[in-house]
Amino acid sequence: MGSLVVPSPFLFRFQVKTIKTKSFVGLLIPLCAVLLALALGAVMLLSLGANPISGYATMFGAAFGSVEGFSETAVKSIPLLLVGAGICIAFRANVINIGGEGQMVMGALLSTSVALTFPSVPSLLLIPMVLLAGAIGGAFWGAIAGALKAYFNVSEILSTIMLNIVAVQFMNFLLRGVMIDPGEVARGTGIPQTMRLTENADLPILLEGMRMHLGVPIALFVAFGAYILLWRTAMGFRLRSVGYNPHASRYAGISVPKNVTAALAFSGAMAGIAGAILVFGSESHRMVTDGGSTGFTGSAGFNGIVVALLAGLHPLWSIPSALLFGGMLVGANALQRAAQVPSALIIALNGLIVVFVVSSEYFKQRSLYAGQVDLADDESTETEGEDNE
Amino acid sequence: MSDSFAVMIVVATIASGIRLATPFLLASLGEALGQRSGVLNLGVDGVMLLGAFGAYYTVLQTSNPYYGLLVGISIGLLIGLFYGFITLNLRAEQGVSGIGIYLFGLGMSDLFFQKFVGTPRPILPFMPLDIPVLSGLPVVGEMLFQHSIIVYIAFGLVPLMSFVLHRTTYGLNIRAIGENPEAADSLGVSVMATRYSAIIIGNGLAGLAGAALAIELGIFQQNLTNAMGFIAIALVYFGAWSPKGVMIGSLVFGMVQSIVLQCKTFGVIPRSASDLAAMAPAVITILALVIVAKRFKQPSALTKPYVRGG
Repeated sequence: MGSLVVPSPFLFRFQVKTIKTKSFVGLLIPLCAVLLALALGAVMLLSLGANPISGYATMFGAAFGSVEGFSETAVKSIPLLLVGAGICIAFRANVINIGGEGQMVMGALLSTSVALTFPSVPSLLLIPMVLLAGAIGGAFWGAIAGALKAYFNVSEILSTIMLNIVAVQFMNFLLRGVMIDPGEVARGTGIPQTMRLTENADLPILLEGMRMHLGVPIALFVAFGAYILLWRTAMGFRLRSVGYNPHASRYAGISVPKNVTAALAFSGAMAGIAGAILVFGSESHRMVTDGGSTGFTGSAGFNGIVVALLAGLHPLWSIPSALLFGGMLVGANALQRAAQVPSALIIALNGLIVVFVVSSEYFKQRSLYAGQVDLADDESTETEGEDNE
Repeated sequence: MSDSFAVMIVVATIASGIRLATPFLLASLGEALGQRSGVLNLGVDGVMLLGAFGAYYTVLQTSNPYYGLLVGISIGLLIGLFYGFITLNLRAEQGVSGIGIYLFGLGMSDLFFQKFVGTPRPILPFMPLDIPVLSGLPVVGEMLFQHSIIVYIAFGLVPLMSFVLHRTTYGLNIRAIGENPEAADSLGVSVMATRYSAIIIGNGLAGLAGAALAIELGIFQQNLTNAMGFIAIALVYFGAWSPKGVMIGSLVFGMVQSIVLQCKTFGVIPRSASDLAAMAPAVITILALVIVAKRFKQPSALTKPYVRGG
């Protein structure tokens, strides 16, 4: 775990040698950024006519105050953790994956079609099959953006955004067309959704009478896998190396294009698993579209970025980070019921948290280099020039 | 008889294509300006949503669409100031902080809408402003000269921005700091001030784009823009950072949308096929990105924060 806080060059532009001794600063400052965002949230609550203290108490009480609440929070955290762990891999390889939404959708579509095709395969086999299908669907969608960046020099920021749009329309096309519930057609209602998927693919409930299902341990397992991949395998070393310094990596014989593609494929695979779990862990056990991606993903493709950033791009720190944001989602619904504050507040707060956490890097670097001014200045200018190429 | 009917449909389709292209054009002109100065703004969609809500609410209260435009643009300018602070002063990573702005706009616009409006009520749209004489021309008049004021503003901005970028000192400064901020700085150009101005104006245009959209549609709803802001960013690449290129891209998008809408109304194509057609802009953009990445060079300093002496 010695490498716990080795920074990504993408966010931290300097080679930080002393970070380990001062690593508490590295955690403290993003946390302050979150607190600042929550404080602004309190101001918003106040201006909406709600008491911020009782408001936050309602929120966090609902999310963490009971076994039922926590079970709900854990379920809401699944996609956040999976997408977040994937984002850790991508960002460590210096690839910005904004395509989580589309990768989730593609993973869900492929896993749903597997469940529709093989409804009678027993659970023990079908559940791994649909999860694998989700991973493949997401990985494929991520790899497209990766290959476009690696071989055609297309910015992955743009291609992933475009692929999100394509995936959503593809979902609408399939769910209104070949995958639609025959019952919807017969009744003439035509709601774009699949039929109740086979019970063999249902993710088993872990706690009687609650939402907590098999998706929770799966997500934890995958997050741990992401950690092993990044720091305990040669593949992970290559990914981080390419992210840290592509020129040196190429010189050392590491293929930059291959690893850029792989980073987006891994990242997409995790988002794809998240999509599959959303379908087979849902209460309706169907895949439904409301025409956009948010209705299906709950913006987890974007919010996963927040989770990963707050976790310092570390898959294991993403676990508490995902629980925090999952809890906020659960709490927001409780707040809406208790104080008539629309739950959209949480989306806005998430946005502020992203902005503040990203901006806080500036203060982190300043505090890390306080006291070694001259040396730090020289070092920063050197490495910065390299990274900027 | 059927001939004149066909002409009528074509004219209506083109006219509506121009109207639909307008928000794209405004937003992508703003984005192009920012990118030319070296700053990527991925928050366009969020700014558009906030501008759209601001404009919608203002018109709802005052019944004056022009106040709506003003409010929309002001909201954009304010966010631009904030975005400038975080990306220029705090040197925040631009790709990710833009997503933060997007989420903020998405959540806030929905929050305000639910809190202050609740049930959607239609607002007064713009009256079309017929250009004297020209609007009376057969066919062309209806196609080009019977639009609302915002359409003329948007398309008027294209030559204006070309002129500013290529014929004025300010434009030269913007292009210089987008390519080589160190060199520009050494000649006494303030990188900070120029980038601030480009970002603020760019976001103002995004806010205006949102306002134009809301007033044109006469309605607001959650996620009104539905990723239009992201397409506007792609259009900047599509148009290779030139105002004229951006305009052509916006028109292509507007026309595709308009044709799809017409086909839907006439039932020429089934619903499911229109979903496939809706994919077209994104797919075209990806292909265009491949070509643009080969042929054109993006501003060299794009997304790179400038540190003096760095």
